[in-house]
Order: sequence, then C-alpha cells, then structure tokens
Amino acid sequence: MGHQAFWKKTDTDTSEKQAGEELWEQERNIRDNKMEVSILAIPENEQLARMLVTAFVMPLNPTIEELSDIKTAVSEAVTNAIIHGYPKELFFGEEKYVHITCRNEEHTLHVKIQDEGVGIEDVKKAMEPMYTTKPELERSGMGFAFMEAFMDGILVKSKLQKGVTVIMNKTIGKEVCHE
Amino acid sequence: MNPVFEIRRNYLIITVDGELDHYMADQIRLKADTYLEGTRIKNVIFNFQHTTFMDSSGVGVIMGRYKQVRRMKGKLYAVHMNDSIKRIILISGLHKLVCERDSIEDALKSE
Ligand SMILES: Nc1ncnc2c1ncn2[C@@H]1O[C@H](COP(=O)(O)OP(=O)(O)OP(=O)(O)O)[C@@H](O)[C@H]1O
Ligand SMILES: [Mg+2]
Repeated sequence: MGHQAFWKKTDTDTSEKQAGEELWEQERNIRDNKMEVSILAIPENEQLARMLVTAFVMPLNPTIEELSDIKTAVSEAVTNAIIHGYPKELFFGEEKYVHITCRNEEHTLHVKIQDEGVGIEDVKKAMEPMYTTKPELERSGMGFAFMEAFMDGILVKSKLQKGVTVIMNKTIGKEVCHE
Repeated sequence: MNPVFEIRRNYLIITVDGELDHYMADQIRLKADTYLEGTRIKNVIFNFQHTTFMDSSGVGVIMGRYKQVRRMKGKLYAVHMNDSIKRIILISGLHKLVCERDSIEDALKSE
C-alpha cells in the first residue's frame, strides 16, 4: 500500500494506468507474488537458490515436509543446470547464469528453472530413474526422479545447444481444508 | 560447513554438518579418498545427526563410498537419519545397500 501512495504522488499523467494498478491490487489474491532472479552458475549458488525459493514460498505456510520437498526439487534442477547444462569442459571461465522464476498463485507455487547450456537430446530418456550421462562424477541419475516424487507436476523442455527449462508446481496444504 | 572425519578401529566416520548437496559431496569425496586409500579402514559410517538437507548429490557420494567399502569386504552404515533423508534413501533404493543404525555406537558394535 505504501508503494501505491508513492506512485500517486510522483506520477501525474497516468490515471488509466493507475486504475489498472488498483484493479490488480484488488483482484490479486493476497498471497500472489512473483520473483525472477538470475544466479551465477557455480555450485556455491545451489544453496542460495534453495534459500531464495524457500523464503519466497513461506507466505503459503508450507509444512516442514513440503518445504523440504521444494528445496530438494529446486536443488536438483539448479544442480543439473550447473553440472550438465554448463559442463566445465565447454564453459570453463565463462560467466553463465541459471534463471529462476517463481510465482505463488493462491495455494500453489510455480517454479521455473532455466539455463542456456548444451540442452538434452532425449528428454524422456533423461527423466528415467538411474539414467545419467556423468557416472564418472558419481551422479546417480535420480535428480528428475526426485523432482517428480516431490512436486505435483513437472514439465521439461529442451533444445540442443539452447538449454533446458524445467517447470514445476506444488500446491501447499493439500491435506488441510482451505476456507 | 565442512564434513568432519574421524577414525575408530577400522571405521571411518563421516559427520555431515548442514546440507549434503553438490558442494558438500565434492568436499566429502575429496577427503574420504585420502582416508580410504592405503589404510586399514574397511567400514564407513555416515553420521547424519546434524544434516539438515540432502539431494541426489548425497545419493551419489554414498553410492561411491559403498562401492569402495564393498571392495574391502566392509560395510556402509548410516546413523541418525531424519525423515526427509530416509525418504531420499528409500526412493533412490540406497536402503538396500546401506545398513541403518540409530547411533555411531550401534554401528561400531555390529561387526
Ligand atoms: N540442465 C541440463 N542440461 C543438460 N543436460 C541435462 C540437464 N539436466 C539433466 N540433464 C541430463 O539428464 C540426465 C539425468 O538427470 P538427473 O538429474 O535425473 O540425473 P543426474 O544429474 O545425472 O544424476 P543425479 O541428479 O542423481 O546426481 C543427466 O545425466 C544429463 O545428461
Ligand atoms: Mg541431477
């Protein structure tokens, strides 16, 4: 609300825009929110990504178990972007980013994790449990399996040399009755 | 936080403080190898008492250590697992390879 007062004072010629803004405020569910961040693709930032999404989803009052599910799923997608999307052999020394977009809508968290790396040739095969292209790095091929197990829905899109987009969602508090 | 290593008899105890992710897994791997190469150590105990998070990177590092102790006819134990770690262990099928114990003392007793 403080933001709106500021908006009214500084902007003189925007009555239409202003009305739209007010409508959005009214129609918007109090929990709805959005976040877009790009983080440098380095292992240290996997923890940062988990913390960001965890903090973002807090207003939906997730249980400890739901939080842990979301943390794991986000960790898997971001780790994949860093390890597989931007492999060291090809991207050493380059500044590459992982893009995270979050949206809370009613009681549902939508999260999108995107890279502009090498991409996946066969997405269906990549999503099979125990399938990994990096056994020499002691990867177990369980990342996508965990994302599927811990979130309600997952969609994976990819184009070779263009990168990978993982979209996931999870409704919070399914076992309790929402008024 | 860094993993802590301790040797008792022919056991290597790896205590994971904080979050077992890709970053921590690399740290464990690096140091565990120097302990396991050319010593009498046969068994490994992963102590999860202070572990707040684990993902597939943890599964990978446990699986890797399992293969090492198997070569020496030893065992791999996991102690103090919380519910979310247990779930990860179960989904990944690791529970078939890892011996679950309540405490380090229990694991040390079992040989
Ligand atoms: N962002 C990405 N860019 C390119 N390839 C990817 C990406 N994410 C996943 N892959 C491919 O899909 C495979 C399966 O991914 P998944 O996360 O299930 O297993 P993993 O990463 O190999 O092992 P784990 O997640 O258990 O450590 C990877 O081995 C890799 O070949
Ligand atoms: Mg993975």
